Amino acid sequence: MKKVYASASAALEGLLHDGMSIAAGGFGLCGIPELLIAAIKQAGTRDITIASNNCGVDDFGLGVLLATKQIKKMQSSYVGENAEFMRQFLSGELELEFNPQGTLAERMRAGGAGIPGFYTKTGVGTVIAEGKEHKDFGGETYILETGIVTDLAIVKAWKADTSGNLIFRKTARNFNVPAATCGRVCVAEVEEIVPVGSLNPDCIHLPGIYVHRIIQGQHEKRIEQRTVRSA
Amino acid sequence: MPWDRNQLAARAAKELQDGMYVNLGIGIPTLVANYIPEGMTVTLQSENGMLGIGPFPLAGEEDADLINAGKQTISELPHSAYFDSAQSFAMIRGGKIAMAILGAMEVSENGDLANWMIPGKLVKGMGGAMDLVAGVKRVVVVMDHTNKHGDSKVLHECTLPLTGKACVHRIITNLGVLDVVPGGLKIVELADGVTEAELRAATEATLVD
Repeated sequence: MKKVYASASAALEGLLHDGMSIAAGGFGLCGIPELLIAAIKQAGTRDITIASNNCGVDDFGLGVLLATKQIKKMQSSYVGENAEFMRQFLSGELELEFNPQGTLAERMRAGGAGIPGFYTKTGVGTVIAEGKEHKDFGGETYILETGIVTDLAIVKAWKADTSGNLIFRKTARNFNVPAATCGRVCVAEVEEIVPVGSLNPDCIHLPGIYVHRIIQGQHEKRIEQRTVRSA
Repeated sequence: MPWDRNQLAARAAKELQDGMYVNLGIGIPTLVANYIPEGMTVTLQSENGMLGIGPFPLAGEEDADLINAGKQTISELPHSAYFDSAQSFAMIRGGKIAMAILGAMEVSENGDLANWMIPGKLVKGMGGAMDLVAGVKRVVVVMDHTNKHGDSKVLHECTLPLTGKACVHRIITNLGVLDVVPGGLKIVELADGVTEAELRAATEATLVD
């Protein structure tokens, strides 16, 4: 089966529908699937529930889907960099489910690994624990969190081979691995697609079994906070 | 004189030990990296997926793929390693990180920590703070002893929504150092020129000997 598609829109053909759920990789603006996000904006899909650590900024990343009011609900750990997000949230147009960052990552990992729920210490005694099952193990209290499985996962990697094996670069790996695994279908955008045999099998970060469609494209890769030291 | 930001960071750096894996929060805790003693190896973890945070890059060497948890551009070190977010929080939750040094809005006498939201104000989210305080072996808080109105931030009970319950081990403020012990907080150290009476006056929490 051919996994390589010509464009982001072509790769999303037949995968988008109103009311769907999407897991998106990225941390801040680092390693976000910017081309697929743009294609979803173009497709006009509405009432989307998105599991993503952040929601981009006003004019980049998932923020562009806020501007067009395509997002119904966000499952995130931190949404601080986005004025339109706050406006829609405070006016009740947008639902928000805060997850501790590690809980969000593990919910994606668990969902992708066929684990419907897991117990964690994170959030015990806080608002996060309200309404959740509590259970003691070895004298310590844990809460039950559920795995996330989404209709679609969109991720960004550095390189792919044509069979979908992915390699990420530096801290751009972040949520892309757990997000990819929790989608029933995963579309990956990469900076370079290479022939099979070009990547060292010992150095694959995400095996192609998790990746169904791939596109290559030009990425803006915007820097959120440029900090430098003097020589 | 109470400690200033840099003196606070320098004092917090004394908590570090050779070979430690440490997570530093945003703000003053980030400055602790500037005071790691010469000859000591401390590996800093960034929860977005890196061990071995290096200094800010030189101008022209910024890399959009290499940022810290505060989304600032950073650099790598010879022993750096990258991993995904699930792996990152597995090492945090799994107790592999020796210490987290974090900022705080309020701390209580039993070690409750509040540092992620003020009701009625803009809520940005807890990020990785809840995972860190639940998982790392030792939590050190670095903050000003009082807020801008002069009210104590070291309380009997936190008034703000909690980040974690009974999770703080040591509090380093501009007035001194306090440990969370059975029954309350114990004064460990006073900032240069700060008297015990001044620290006590600025503290709402129960102080024990």
